[in-house]
Amino acid sequence: MTGVVPPAGHRHPSNPILSLTDAALGFGDRVLWNDLTLDVCAGEFLAVLGPNGSGKTSLLKTILGQQPLDAGTIRFDGHPVRRGDRRIGYIPQQKLIPGGTPMRGRDLVALGVNGHRFGLPVSRGAEKRQVDALLASVGASHYADEPVGNLSGGEQQRLRVGQALAGDPRMLLCDEPLLSLDLQHQRGVSELIDRRRREHGTPVVFVTHDVNPVLGMVDRILYLAGGQFREGTPDEVLTSDVLTELYGTPVDVLRTGGRVVVVGIPDSETHHHGHTEVGA
Amino acid sequence: MRAGVMLPVGAGDLWSRMFNFENYGELLGLVQNSILAGAVLGIVGGLIGVFVMQRDMAFAVHGISELSFAGAAAALLFGVNVVAGSLVGALIAAIVIGLLGARARDRNSIIGVLMPFGLGLGILFLALYPGRSANKFGLLTGQIISVDDPQLTWLSAISLAVLVGLLLIWRPLSFDSLDADVAAARGVPTRFVSLTFMVLLGLIVAVSVQIIGALLVLALVVTPAAAALRLSASPIVVPVLAMVFGFVSAVGGILLAIGGSLPISPYITTISFLIYLVARLVGLRAKPRAGLR
Repeated sequence: MTGVVPPAGHRHPSNPILSLTDAALGFGDRVLWNDLTLDVCAGEFLAVLGPNGSGKTSLLKTILGQQPLDAGTIRFDGHPVRRGDRRIGYIPQQKLIPGGTPMRGRDLVALGVNGHRFGLPVSRGAEKRQVDALLASVGASHYADEPVGNLSGGEQQRLRVGQALAGDPRMLLCDEPLLSLDLQHQRGVSELIDRRRREHGTPVVFVTHDVNPVLGMVDRILYLAGGQFREGTPDEVLTSDVLTELYGTPVDVLRTGGRVVVVGIPDSETHHHGHTEVGA
Repeated sequence: MRAGVMLPVGAGDLWSRMFNFENYGELLGLVQNSILAGAVLGIVGGLIGVFVMQRDMAFAVHGISELSFAGAAAALLFGVNVVAGSLVGALIAAIVIGLLGARARDRNSIIGVLMPFGLGLGILFLALYPGRSANKFGLLTGQIISVDDPQLTWLSAISLAVLVGLLLIWRPLSFDSLDADVAAARGVPTRFVSLTFMVLLGLIVAVSVQIIGALLVLALVVTPAAAALRLSASPIVVPVLAMVFGFVSAVGGILLAIGGSLPISPYITTISFLIYLVARLVGLRAKPRAGLR
């Protein structure tokens, strides 16, 4: 945040929380993205879209400090990103926790509070109160003592949001957090994430296949495809022209009833959600 | 101490070979260090088993125990400390599996490759060993009665060290076992935690090989925890039950075995299996698993 940040901040004059400058990453001959310059500032909701293999997951890993860039810089809160930075709240893909896992809802959330700490597994009173507050903030108090393996995917995902909010993160990083949830839980979980952004100004980087559940919340979109990217507001990026250029093949973007439907993406996630046209 | 009669026997004789409580008090005094070692092993084996189940590592336990057997057999052949040989074999296997097998699929293939190699080596060393055959089979099927007192003290001390180590890494290990990606993102040194766990697992497996035998380690490191998980999903009740089950199996097995003339292992494995069966039945009745979605 302090110090001289050279031209990085040209798009946003305020201090960016996440800042990529001329970032490039590829594997072998394949370029995932090149010359990626991007700032995410307080209170912003950035959706990262793109087909499988376009480098969304690699971008996440880069932000988490687990994947070094080939070129350029990436800074979080003014410093180079590092592995295991607890100021980033990470919400993973919804992987169903198997039944019989010896853990209750509150234990899942407690891992966010003290799961990184070595030493005898005895929770302090202050930590218990913190866990209770987190459970309440994600509306999970009434199943806090249920075994996590008995909860539905949506309930588990609420707990993961609570876990990610532990320690008052400076940014939320979400990796397809709505995947395989039903519509009601998609709305519930995305509203939790958005509420944190509105009430605390915590910026959100949200990787997703389907922008529709969060379309009303998104400020900007980073669309990755075929080694290129486009960045801008949903209206700027989600157009037939932009996506046709990005994919190098005719793509149609339709808007119906507040939803965005993208038709004609080459070998896209045809099997996902059972549609060829799921929004991005 | 043992009758040692190896003739075909009638039902009455069979019973007395399996269970014989004559001079029990006297015998008890002779084996109290074995009981102590069995008790500590049962408790720690039950506890570590909770993580073995969560991390899907039952097969790894078996692989480590075969390498531990090879190490012990080599030690027997070369006339060095058998417990030390067992430890070296187990630690090498545990660390190799830990380093190369982060993902379950890689891990299983590595174990599948290591295990027959270790078992083969062990059989080679035993075949070359000129000494008593009781020692040979002991490594595969249990030999606690023939372990001397200084070694029993070592076994107990190692088990206690594993217990302490496990408690110290409990939370990061739970986090890593549940969701390694999130744990890494949230500041858990996941590689360190997994490797430490493998070392602890190697240590406890080496101890188990000495007491219950390489082929039967799972009866103390997996079965008690598996039984506990049928009965509860509480992060406190499950480890406590697993420790109790491990303790009852190990100590109960030794207490039943000392009067008869048979190895202790079948007693331990039978008790731990029966506990599992009962736990399954009780678990079925008690838990109509709601909302498994």
